[in-house]
Amino acid sequence: MTAPASAQTPAIAVRDLTVAYDDRPVLWDVDLDVPHSVLMAIVGPNGAGKTTMIKAMLNLVRPAAGQVEILGQSYQKSRHQVGYVPQRGSVDWDFPTNVLDVVLMGRYGALGWIRRPGEADRKLALQALEKVSMADFAERQISQLSGGQQQRVFLARALVQDAQVYLMDEPFQGVDATTERAIITILKDLRSAGKTVVCVHHDLQTVPDYFDWVALLNVRKIASGPVAEVFNDTNLRLAYGGRVAFLSRDSAAPATAQPTPDYED
Amino acid sequence: MFPEFLTDIYTDYTIRNITLGAMTLGFVSGSLGTFAVLRRQSLLGDTISHAVLPGIILAFMLTGSRDPLILIIGAAIVGWIATLSIMAIVNTTRIKPDASLALVLSVFFGFGMMLMTFVQRQPEAASAGLSRFLFGQAAAIIWDDVRTMLIVGGSAMVILLIFWKEFKLVVFDRAFALSMGMPVRRFDVLLTTLLVIAIVIGLQTVGVVLMSAMVVAPAAAARQWTDRLGFVTLLAGGFGALSGVSGALISVYMTRMPTGPTIVLCLTVVVVFSLLMAPNRGLLWSWVRQHRQSREIRSRVVLGDLYWLSAQHEGAEHGHSIGTLEAMSAGRVAVDHGLEDLERAGLAQRTGDDNWMLTESGRHQAQKDLQSGERESADV
Repeated sequence: MTAPASAQTPAIAVRDLTVAYDDRPVLWDVDLDVPHSVLMAIVGPNGAGKTTMIKAMLNLVRPAAGQVEILGQSYQKSRHQVGYVPQRGSVDWDFPTNVLDVVLMGRYGALGWIRRPGEADRKLALQALEKVSMADFAERQISQLSGGQQQRVFLARALVQDAQVYLMDEPFQGVDATTERAIITILKDLRSAGKTVVCVHHDLQTVPDYFDWVALLNVRKIASGPVAEVFNDTNLRLAYGGRVAFLSRDSAAPATAQPTPDYED
Repeated sequence: MFPEFLTDIYTDYTIRNITLGAMTLGFVSGSLGTFAVLRRQSLLGDTISHAVLPGIILAFMLTGSRDPLILIIGAAIVGWIATLSIMAIVNTTRIKPDASLALVLSVFFGFGMMLMTFVQRQPEAASAGLSRFLFGQAAAIIWDDVRTMLIVGGSAMVILLIFWKEFKLVVFDRAFALSMGMPVRRFDVLLTTLLVIAIVIGLQTVGVVLMSAMVVAPAAAARQWTDRLGFVTLLAGGFGALSGVSGALISVYMTRMPTGPTIVLCLTVVVVFSLLMAPNRGLLWSWVRQHRQSREIRSRVVLGDLYWLSAQHEGAEHGHSIGTLEAMSAGRVAVDHGLEDLERAGLAQRTGDDNWMLTESGRHQAQKDLQSGERESADV
């Protein structure tokens, strides 16, 4: 993995970030550097501000203080280099459109105003669908997709954005084991291609397998760095309180901060 | 009477104006309404259409004119004020959105009715026609109205075409649109403006009380027939135009009823037909599908039971009584109908009075079911 020329500037730099909803702080004075070409998990208990963190990086929420720079620039300037996978539950899947059309939405940023997606865009979209093994579903109405398929469609849409930095909100939420493996393979490919990928993640057990970088969050930043260095009992206890039975015990009971997500498909 | 007025459409000015006007307003409000429905703003549409009444009357009082463009502008301005009031109430108080919609609707509409009563007590004859804004009157459409509808509605359609892909994305996935740097808030304003246009364009013909039906119903009906946004929008426009024209002509030439209710009745026919008959989403379709499925399950259960029984009896050519099968399924399924379905499919045969056994292909089918059942449970 070759670091880009600007190896000194991190891919994402968060400085003194504080976000509050109605006086209630969701993120408090967070500093976070995400280096280039890492696959990073953001973990933490419910209400720890994980989603808010992603949204603040994307300039979707207005911080009370602090700023975020992506690739050394403000989001306004770098947004063409940023791909986004929102939570799958954030949209109405009964919307009258098909899979290919949703993936094409990832091209709108590059298209600019008024111009409609053309043949080249369709080709890119189909390639992305191929990568997530959904090419056969291109013409499928989106309400007919299972949860895992919806997630793959969102991932394909982010892939056609052809970004340097990918921000994903729970890309593994409610998907079956097969889809989870397929998604993580794609994310690791992205990292190998020099992209930076940040995921909100819930399953502590899979963190060491899937990710090489991690940030533990609970309103404040507890720790961030290489998984091998910071993903340990002490930090997890700091992030989750006493509520988690931990990994290093190599116990039979898996460390899960959440009840296992419902498998929808 | 009917054929007469079909030829009249080409010759009679009045009929031509009514037809053209009703068609334009139906198409514009129907197609723009698609976006209102997808944004879940149907009730906002209803509120705006009631709330514009004082705008119409005030525009008349201030200018003394009944020029449709002036009245429409008055309606649009007050429609906007109503929308802003709703947003202000929701954002600054603890009143929930539905209550604030109802509040604004009744306050504005009540004020409008008061103004209307006041104006009609005045001696000037010019105010006489204002009450038609309540339930609409197609007979009063003149060429000026049609021209106004074409210009206002046409501009709205052009805006819809220009920003088609942006509107689609903003409505489908707001956060993603924001992340791309789209001015989502401005598009909100634009879409709400289009909703206001969709409403004010038909006020004179359909009336404030029922205008929201023109916005919501065509889209709801069109959604039944297609899964593509473009087709939904076009079809909603088509349904709107169809109901608009038929309702207007029926009200003017046959029933002498106010136009709004007649148009809504025509719309109702379209909506009910779509809800029942549309493939896939239609109720009739899903009843048939459900019935077929439950029959399929019933015969599979009976097939499995028969197979189990025959396995107990060492493959002998042995019939089993309906009574035994009924006991096995414990009243969950109607065994006799299930057996008849199996017989029709050639999977089971009678061996005498009320005794049944599997055929050769029935045995194969049961084995296949069993295997695939095991596979499925292994997957879980």
